[in-house]
Amino acid sequence: MKNVTLNKALFLKINEIIKKYESDKHNLLAILLETQDLIPKHYIPIEAAAFIGDKLNIPISRVYDVISFYSALNDKPKAQHVIKLCKSTTCRVNRYQTVRDVLEKELGIKMGQTTPDGKFALEYSACFGACDISPAFRIDTEVYGNLTEKKIKEIINKYKEV
Amino acid sequence: MKKTVSLISKNFKKIHPESLKEYLKAGGYDGLKNALPLTSLEVITAVKKSGIKGRGGAAYPTGLKWEQAAAIPGPRKIVICNADEGEPGTFKDRYLLEYDPFKIIEGMTIAAYAVGANEGYIYIREEYKKLQNRMRKIIDIAIQNGFLGNNILGTNFKFNIKVFSGAGAYVCGENSTLIESMEGKSGRPRIKPPYIKERGLFNLPTLVNNVETFSIIPVIFTIGPEEYAKYGTPNSRGTKLISIAGNIKKPGTYEIPFGITLNEIVFDIGGGIRNNKKLKFLQIGGASGSIVPASMTHIRYCYEDFKEHNITMGSGAILVADETIKVVDFLKSVQDFFLHESCGKCTPCREGNRQLSKIFNRFVKGNASIEDFKTIERFGKVMKYCSFCGLGQSATTALLSAIKHFPDEFYTHIDKVHKTI
Ligand code: SF4
Ligand code: FES
Repeated sequence: MKNVTLNKALFLKINEIIKKYESDKHNLLAILLETQDLIPKHYIPIEAAAFIGDKLNIPISRVYDVISFYSALNDKPKAQHVIKLCKSTTCRVNRYQTVRDVLEKELGIKMGQTTPDGKFALEYSACFGACDISPAFRIDTEVYGNLTEKKIKEIINKYKEV
Repeated sequence: MKKTVSLISKNFKKIHPESLKEYLKAGGYDGLKNALPLTSLEVITAVKKSGIKGRGGAAYPTGLKWEQAAAIPGPRKIVICNADEGEPGTFKDRYLLEYDPFKIIEGMTIAAYAVGANEGYIYIREEYKKLQNRMRKIIDIAIQNGFLGNNILGTNFKFNIKVFSGAGAYVCGENSTLIESMEGKSGRPRIKPPYIKERGLFNLPTLVNNVETFSIIPVIFTIGPEEYAKYGTPNSRGTKLISIAGNIKKPGTYEIPFGITLNEIVFDIGGGIRNNKKLKFLQIGGASGSIVPASMTHIRYCYEDFKEHNITMGSGAILVADETIKVVDFLKSVQDFFLHESCGKCTPCREGNRQLSKIFNRFVKGNASIEDFKTIERFGKVMKYCSFCGLGQSATTALLSAIKHFPDEFYTHIDKVHKTI
């Protein structure tokens, strides 16, 4: 997958975020999260990581320590929509495996893979607090639960259309 | 005894969560109005009188914690609300954030007043991004209406709250780790002392409480600590929000008085097991909690009974598993979770979880050996006693309790090996 080279406008926007957080290195996590939201395919390109490290006066290794530690931060581009299927305890007793099978069949990919058009990626996730509607997955920030085969297909089709 | 109550949960699905007007009409901010004319000492005494213990899992008496926080000198103190709910099976804090966010900030404001803090943060997990936005919105409304900011309710008490987003790390639910991440670092727990209450966020004295703990505070100052303490048992005062999920008919968050039995929770409140199946076991308190077999559901939900049976209340989760669930399969999902979430700082947890996961794969595939069985028990104990933080210490609680209650399930997987060899 080709990396997005950062254009000037994007750097300016990142700079604004850094300024909003008073160029304070204590706010690294918040700055990285907001930066990632700006970038298509939800990741932090190396140029952006270097830029942020520079502005906050911290080594880039420290920036990467944080990016690699937290599951919400990515150093590589993701798909347009990442489907995160919970496989923690509640979803285990409610058989997330059936959801996985439907998803894999619908999208023609296995867990951990991305569709050739870069539209969907499938991954596992730890519990995201939707256990009352388990089995559940997240697509980007949207949570879907009480999943049945029919419902999963409808959801996927909705995302395919846009 | 009534099985569910509505004190903390009174507003759930009853008022529009983002409407201050509706919150006020439902008695919101009466607690703060009653607390502000009191001295800090009087506020703390009332909290002590209520007898509540922290609802985040550690069950430390809240009044005592506040008293210690208030006694620490310093012109700048911090109050943090831990909304990093991440225990699998737990979603009761989500209900509070979703359906009654004003109550949380009202509780935080009373806490800040009691301990002498002017700065507050609410650390909400990344997975609840939408609720972070809701929280930001209602904080703005509170500021505009004089419930936060410089002269709260016309007094000269000043308190502000900022929302901080987590980034998907379960270990950050531990208070010192949460603070590390708020300082822009990766989430690895701190060595104590110094304690957070003395040197927490930015090395300032810091009080951290859980969402539910803060939400009880306005209730205490509305109905009075004595009235609140009437609920529950002698050692477990008040009410508790629990999350019931799994193979159950009516999953959800419910408020119960301490002291009703697990049976009542599962069958009367949760409606019983789905699909006419039989109950096999419960997991109490999240992935880090014990496995409790169906034969033990006469136990009451309270600190006394739990202590007697070596169960920790943890996050308030009650996960229900029916007879079709194999114990080793279930434990593997627990193990995978901890393997993924271990921060890697200390060896027992980092390597222990890795080895246990490997062994579990053998159990699930049915080619484990008797040595494997001995090893998991030994590793489980090493991790319990030698890990640096609560994550590693409790990662094998489920495993060790399962070995105790369901030894046969392990043996059958071992037996298969002998038959096939
Ligand atoms: S027990 Fe050790 S490795 Fe595990 S989360 Fe705690 S500090 Fe990290
Ligand atoms: S266990 Fe799957 S959402 Fe909580």
